[in-house]
Amino acid sequence: MQTRPDVRGDVLMDVRELSVHYGLRGGSLARLLGRESGTVRAIDGVDLQLRKGEVLGLVGESGSGKTTLGRALLGLAPATSGSILFQDRDIATLSGRERRGIRRHIQMAFQDPNAALNPSMTIEEAVGDALRVHGVTSAAERRARVIETLERVGLAPVELFLSKYPRDLSGGQKQRVVLARSIILKPDVLVADEPISMLDMSVRAKILQLMLDLKQDLGLTYVYITHDLASAKYFCDRIAIMYLGRVVEIGPTEEIFAQPRHPYTQALLRAIPDPDPSRMVARDLPRGEIPDAAAPPTGCSFHPRCPVAQAECGWEARDLRTMLESHWTRATPEEYVRQAEVIGDLSHLDSPGVQTVTLGAGGAEPVQALLDSIRSAEDDPLWRGVAEMAPEGSGVRVRFHDGVDPALRRAGGVDVACVLYPETPAP
Amino acid sequence: MSDLTTEPVISARDVRVWYGTTRGAIQAVDGVSFDLRPGETLGLVGESGCGKSTLGRGLMGLLPDGAKRDGEVRYRGRDIFAMSPKEAYGLRGSDLGMIFQEPLTRLNPLMRISEHFEETITQHEPKLSKDEVRTRALEALRLMGIPPTRYRSYPHEFSGGMRQRLMIALALVLRPAFVVADEPTTALDVLVEAQIVQILNDLRRNFDTALLLITHNVGIVAEACDRVAVMYAGRIVEQGTVADVFSNPQHPYTRELLASTISLSTTGLRFIPGSPPDLIDPPAGCRFHPRCPDAMRICASTSPIPTTREAGGTVECWLRGPRDLTPAERAPLAHEELSDADEA
Repeated sequence: MQTRPDVRGDVLMDVRELSVHYGLRGGSLARLLGRESGTVRAIDGVDLQLRKGEVLGLVGESGSGKTTLGRALLGLAPATSGSILFQDRDIATLSGRERRGIRRHIQMAFQDPNAALNPSMTIEEAVGDALRVHGVTSAAERRARVIETLERVGLAPVELFLSKYPRDLSGGQKQRVVLARSIILKPDVLVADEPISMLDMSVRAKILQLMLDLKQDLGLTYVYITHDLASAKYFCDRIAIMYLGRVVEIGPTEEIFAQPRHPYTQALLRAIPDPDPSRMVARDLPRGEIPDAAAPPTGCSFHPRCPVAQAECGWEARDLRTMLESHWTRATPEEYVRQAEVIGDLSHLDSPGVQTVTLGAGGAEPVQALLDSIRSAEDDPLWRGVAEMAPEGSGVRVRFHDGVDPALRRAGGVDVACVLYPETPAP
Repeated sequence: MSDLTTEPVISARDVRVWYGTTRGAIQAVDGVSFDLRPGETLGLVGESGCGKSTLGRGLMGLLPDGAKRDGEVRYRGRDIFAMSPKEAYGLRGSDLGMIFQEPLTRLNPLMRISEHFEETITQHEPKLSKDEVRTRALEALRLMGIPPTRYRSYPHEFSGGMRQRLMIALALVLRPAFVVADEPTTALDVLVEAQIVQILNDLRRNFDTALLLITHNVGIVAEACDRVAVMYAGRIVEQGTVADVFSNPQHPYTRELLASTISLSTTGLRFIPGSPPDLIDPPAGCRFHPRCPDAMRICASTSPIPTTREAGGTVECWLRGPRDLTPAERAPLAHEELSDADEA
């Protein structure tokens, strides 16, 4: 990615073409037969720059890869390809020992404070453990630094907490301990994975305020991982919207919220329940859920849910099944029985990446008539992707347009990966 | 909106629930009263530990051993707290339904969806034929947007949002008059949560069910409920229509809870100092007084009395009556200094 003229602040971490793929092991029989069981593309070619002193939000639903990306920044998720440059070193290729050294500079605060703290370690041991790992051998020095750090995160009087165990603490207090542990080495970068999502409403604002104070006092740079757009809007300078292992939109927070461009970002913003009863969630929500990363949709991963999907978004046989099934949730039981008979078996529509498929068992004419009636009754975006329908055997052959996988492109002040925002020709 | 002239389906009066612990009895729910009419959704909102889930389970008779409940809950004229276990068992499912938070742990992984429905329906209506059972089940699934082609699938073959819709379909297939939904969207993603909220929203139109929606998310209450009950330390401190309570909160806790919620319009961070009280030994007087910015002398000594809100509903706070306070009672309460460390 080229450096842009509007870059403020030095680039602290530079993520290039990063992919994290996990091989599926499959069943024991599949392994014996040497059968390929597929790959989960948790992170799939992400470019990202983290600038000194900023709060960068990674926002997405579960399965979007936001946590994996955060973990990869610490070398906790093995990179399949690509690089993560930090202080002239590539975190993606470091050995275990070298990675440990890097963690003096990059730390992580985990989501669930109940799971992140060892129940058999006192608060003093838990917070001071990082010091021990990183070579502070003097117990007195460790204690002094633990006390200083606990005071910094607001756990005062410190003597009350040093010998306590996590079970003696409230949720907010535990999250303060988790934050204390992650800043005690005085890191440059703190990756915070949903730091407030497990907390009660009245405490969330307090922990967020603490994180802002810590940033100010310690000159931290944050990567803030969350599914909550409201807190991201308040907390982040820049936001990367993630979907199925990709960044689909990235830019300054104000611009993302003032003018969301990617249909997925627009949908996320519409879906936030608002405490103001005069504002209601829109009814036109994307259907379905985030797809399986082991068999992602062709073209743009969001196209099966996208209300404004175009002809070239990557339509395939699987989408035809989804469309028919969704149609049948609105049909009467009698209609369903009749139509299911005409359409016949759907299981051959399940393999990923099939662009041409023959559908139907009840003869070409009734199948064509049924498809036409569904098409005219419901304006499903899928129909934009159909290039050709022609009789074949006892059914109809459906061929979809070729799909394109949109890359991140400049649009206004942000970058967005969607065919609606094509490359602007150079002036 | 429901018709206020119809009889309530469920009418709870002075409901109390205790848990026995080695340290003593925890009074998790302490004198809660509310009415629910057909087709009405009441949002029960509060932070963890306020007793909202306990209240939901208490109403259903699903409390663990070592818990005790008291009070009166009238369902169609009968007190379900006074029923024999057998009678109460007969009511669950067909009259009283429950939707749980984590659908995957509530569905049997070895049973097909069809079998879940067959079991549920034939348990309560053994005379139905297999075809009738199937028709009923498919209709319930269809209303939740689950295609009939998936009827023979197993729970693991569905996504998280679909599973929650399955749970709702299972709870509604017997057409219960009263349903408790305990944090039905908490485990779900933003978009799927919004889909479920819409389904719950449509529920009152399609089924005429009275729904008690338990949640910690005030946004969901605003989207999906007619009325709201705000719970704090085992008591409902304020109750009224959502529009009125959220735009004109009368109880300081309601006001502070709404202010501390981070929404898209948040421009500054607000929070409530301190933490909810220990319910083994709750504070005297109003339970919110140690954290209340408006606390007066009387709040520390005398429990507030429920008062009717101007625009309907109830509130229990000395600031809102029911009687005029003496100047000594009205004097501001000197707070002990609360540090960050005292938080929840």
